[in-house]
Amino acid sequence: MSIRVGEAAEAPSFQKAAHMLLKDDQLRTNVRHATDVITQKRSHVVAEQHDWQQLRDAGSAIKAHTLRFLDHYLDQFEAACTAAGGHVHWAADADEANRIIVGLIQRQGGREIIKVKTMTSDEIGLNRALEANGIHPHETDLADMIIQLGHDQPSHIVVPALHKNRRQVREIFMQAMGLKELGDRPEDLTDAARRYLREKFLKVKIGFSGANFLIAETGGVCVVESEGNGRMCLTLPDVLITIAGVEKVIPTFRDLEVFLQLLPRSATGERMNPYNSLWTGVHPDEGPREFHVVLLDNGRTRILADHESRETLHCIRCGACLNTCPVYRQTGGHAYGSIYAGPIGAILTPQLFDMEHSQSLPYASSLCGACYEVCPVKINIPEVLIHLRGRVVREQQSGASLEAIGMKAMARVFATRRRFEAAQRLGRIAQWPFISQGWIHHLPGMLGNWTAVRDLRPMPSQTFRNWWRGREKGNSND
Amino acid sequence: MMDVRGNFPRSMRISLFITCYNDTLFPETGKSVVRLLERLGHQVEFPFEQTCCGQMHYNTGYQPEAMPLLRRFVEVFKNAEAVCIPSSSCVAMIRDHYSKMAEAAGDAALVRDVEDLLPRVFELTELLVNKLGVEDVGAYYPHRVTYHASCHSLRSLHLGDLPMRLLRKVRGIKLVDLERIDQCCGFGGTFAVKNGEVSAAMLEDKLRCVVNTRAEVCTAVDNSCLMHIFGGLHRQGAGTKTVHLAEILAATEEGMA
Repeated sequence: MSIRVGEAAEAPSFQKAAHMLLKDDQLRTNVRHATDVITQKRSHVVAEQHDWQQLRDAGSAIKAHTLRFLDHYLDQFEAACTAAGGHVHWAADADEANRIIVGLIQRQGGREIIKVKTMTSDEIGLNRALEANGIHPHETDLADMIIQLGHDQPSHIVVPALHKNRRQVREIFMQAMGLKELGDRPEDLTDAARRYLREKFLKVKIGFSGANFLIAETGGVCVVESEGNGRMCLTLPDVLITIAGVEKVIPTFRDLEVFLQLLPRSATGERMNPYNSLWTGVHPDEGPREFHVVLLDNGRTRILADHESRETLHCIRCGACLNTCPVYRQTGGHAYGSIYAGPIGAILTPQLFDMEHSQSLPYASSLCGACYEVCPVKINIPEVLIHLRGRVVREQQSGASLEAIGMKAMARVFATRRRFEAAQRLGRIAQWPFISQGWIHHLPGMLGNWTAVRDLRPMPSQTFRNWWRGREKGNSND
Repeated sequence: MMDVRGNFPRSMRISLFITCYNDTLFPETGKSVVRLLERLGHQVEFPFEQTCCGQMHYNTGYQPEAMPLLRRFVEVFKNAEAVCIPSSSCVAMIRDHYSKMAEAAGDAALVRDVEDLLPRVFELTELLVNKLGVEDVGAYYPHRVTYHASCHSLRSLHLGDLPMRLLRKVRGIKLVDLERIDQCCGFGGTFAVKNGEVSAAMLEDKLRCVVNTRAEVCTAVDNSCLMHIFGGLHRQGAGTKTVHLAEILAATEEGMA
């Protein structure tokens, strides 16, 4: 089984990518501004929801229950969707999903498709597979369109072009659309996008979408969005193909009551999304005449098997953890080398994909806990990060790394009082070559990362326990 | 001094878990805890067999190495009346992970010991306000001070306003609010070294907020954050220094003289 996440197989480690991105002042300014705006909007609409914590509990409980009985609910979804005239396809991995989707488009003789935002298609590298088969995908979500036209990579799971400001978007549009003049007001930019997209909406006969929720009870699909471009993709074409990870299923229509409150408030700081599309199978004289759903595993059942990290699959892709994360705020999303960025990316990517760079992701966090606090489905991201760090250490257990040697030595030091006290004495002696004017300004090796920007006070001449010892003997001045 | 129900709490026997890095790097914090608790009429014990709670190993992915440290902590403190820890991240390590670790080890007796001990483990401000029922500890500290809320104190222990309630009762103190108080300073244990550059960028943001307060002193309930913040302040040549909350609460007019 081959698993991959878009282009990420070649991604550098988080540390290396962060090193480059921290120099990009424009990007960092854009990311800070955008995350500040969304975070403030979110806190406002969350504060007015008095049962917010109960909603989070409910969201978490529904997800936990569904995952516990995932096989049942997926079968139920397939039966209901099929009965409503849809076609359900099962894909074990990215390659199988791409084969199914390319096959469906080729059967229609299609050379183009219009897409509404779907991260899952980025996860499987769909656009590349389509282009390889002579099919051109048009991204219609405004942000995804900016990314596609600018030959860029998404940096946020809800606001993929968050790292670009309006002036940069204007330049991308002018170049890609061949415009001689264009303002940089939001109205100017959306007007240009509208003209460009209208033509595609009217011409292209195959639509492609992701899914926010699959409803097992009815076989229905739910997509929420802000622009209405999604609504165009879902209703105008003759054929609609939807891809969804298997974890997107929820038991009943009624469960949307919980998620349609949690998701928009967490994602964009809105009480409700401007466009909430729900459809079930096909209907004569209305909407697409053919509807397909591709249910994707691509590593998800492997996550399900790990009871310590299973809750990763609760994620409803709201992006609140990215906006609040102090690490993401510094680097933006590209540092995570995956379409899944930020804290959720730091736990999801290393579980979905066995790439070398993903081993650095569980460490891309100060474990500050802000992500867990805002997560609408209560994924304890810091706990899962720690669990995955344990896995990384086990997998790298050649035992030869300096870190592993140091950690094991420290464990032996802490194992007995005698060794601990000896180490305290040794430390005081070992530090003296580094002390100047009462401070340590430079340290060797990994510890040099500390002294790169911070001074360090040397160990004082007396430990606490020695002070206490002196006090017990009654010869302390304190 | 009366507790919340208006009772005078009896003198308690309080065992101090100083933590490995306070013991080695910040003995003044430990001395202050001792002076403060004794001044409030309690008896402090320091079991010499203590070393480390295992947080660094556990959080960095060396979970098996943390297990003997859990056993040691439980062994040393299981008969304590109350354990006082002047570090919220070490309390968080113990409170958030020890039960789970003991269960994973399949050791039923250890699980029982941990469950039995946990309700007696307190972070310093929890001990003072929630257990001993004091807010005014009789401290005097005539300085301009800003309080940094560490992530573990905020989001793991949910200390809320406990540290501020204690600080507001300190005589002579001028408290200044820290902007973006809920934002991590970028320390994060081994994160500060493994992702040194991102940690430094986070620190830069924090230092800007600290310097903006024009405080003489930045305080917190964790010396780990403060070591990182002071290291940055000193490198920048800023005048603000960092002092653990225990040292402010231990300070008295007589002590200043």
